[in-house]
Amino acid sequence: MHDTQLVMYDEDFRKVRTVIQKLVRDANAKGCFVVDRNGQLIGEAGEMQGIDTTSLASLTAGCIAATCGLAKIVGEEEFPVHFHQGQKDNLHITLVAKRIILVVIFDDRSSLGLVRLRVKKAGGELARVFEEIQKKADQGDAGGSGTPFAEITDEDIDNLFSV
Amino acid sequence: MSFINYSSREINCKIVYYGPGLCGKTTNLQYIYSKTNPDVKGKMISLATETERTLFFDFLPLALGQIRGFKTRFHLYTVPGQVFYDASRKLILKGVDGVVFVADSQVERMEANLESMDNLKTNLAEQGYDLTKVPLVIQHNKRDLPNAAPLDEMRRMLNPRANPDFEAAATVGRGVFETLKSVAREVLRDLKQMGR
Ligand SMILES: Nc1nc2c(ncn2[C@@H]2O[C@H](COP(=O)(O)OP(=O)(O)OP(=O)(O)O)[C@@H](O)[C@H]2O)c(=O)[nH]1
Ligand SMILES: [Mg+2]
Repeated sequence: MHDTQLVMYDEDFRKVRTVIQKLVRDANAKGCFVVDRNGQLIGEAGEMQGIDTTSLASLTAGCIAATCGLAKIVGEEEFPVHFHQGQKDNLHITLVAKRIILVVIFDDRSSLGLVRLRVKKAGGELARVFEEIQKKADQGDAGGSGTPFAEITDEDIDNLFSV
Repeated sequence: MSFINYSSREINCKIVYYGPGLCGKTTNLQYIYSKTNPDVKGKMISLATETERTLFFDFLPLALGQIRGFKTRFHLYTVPGQVFYDASRKLILKGVDGVVFVADSQVERMEANLESMDNLKTNLAEQGYDLTKVPLVIQHNKRDLPNAAPLDEMRRMLNPRANPDFEAAATVGRGVFETLKSVAREVLRDLKQMGR
């Protein structure tokens, strides 16, 4: 059941970070987050330090899951772009390569047009990064005896709960 | 689908609490939330109706500690148990690493338990998961009620493969952490198998 397991190494992260840091600058955005479709945060950039990123990731994934469910009902495969407009801040959410969610938060220092344009480019780059990660996983680099988990003992697991 | 992050040395696992409406899934998470240290838990999110029935999901992130230098995080979700929320249940199940099936011990809820277990099997199969292979723990909840069915009967109906199971009364916390520990253990064992 782990055929879609996500394993990321340092170099993958650096690539993701580079793309989204550039996106924040180019789009004049406040912040940018990369979230896995299952609700786990993969990367963040920008000036939004201190916000609850775990909740953000889980709710974004829920939101995308719900709208993709809606899309199927009306006969679309997905609604890949979502835009939520607020009083001050706006949220631009895109689905990349069917598996990664790119969230951009911006205010009136930027515009929807600019964000959309920059997201398109960054999305393409992220798609390539995740294709590579997937390729590595398919070749069996992921998991394998190199992981620390092959040696987990029952004691390790019990210790987790001794807190 | 667990997420292993070698950069920040973290491992994230998704655990879903499943079961019929009103069986006590949300109560499990609320109890866990109320009894864990602030540094261990994140914010609990409940997307619920005005009558406190789960509408989409409850979410509780827990950072339990380290295993072999990796921070171990569990993301706990509940599904909405009411029958007509099936589309939402399917969405929540995506990428699941382990399931807690919360059964309602009341005799009159036995059919609802069976129906929900069947629904779990179907929804997992739709994603290519096999109920017999997914880490699964069964919780017989509401043991405190006078109309609770005998345990053997519940086991016979809901736990034919003798998965780990626990008696519980989630409102007072009985069996709640035992269940959580057990599913965490099953998930990590599963991960270990994969590491071979
Ligand atoms: N007596 C008793 N009541 C319980 C127990 N666990 C939960 N309840 C009660 O059962 C009711 C429903 O509990 P919830 O946790 O909201 O149920 P749920 O499974 O999340 O229900 P849905 O969100 O509709 O799927 C609440 O009033 C709880 O207080 C228990 O062990 N014993
Ligand atoms: Mg609930």
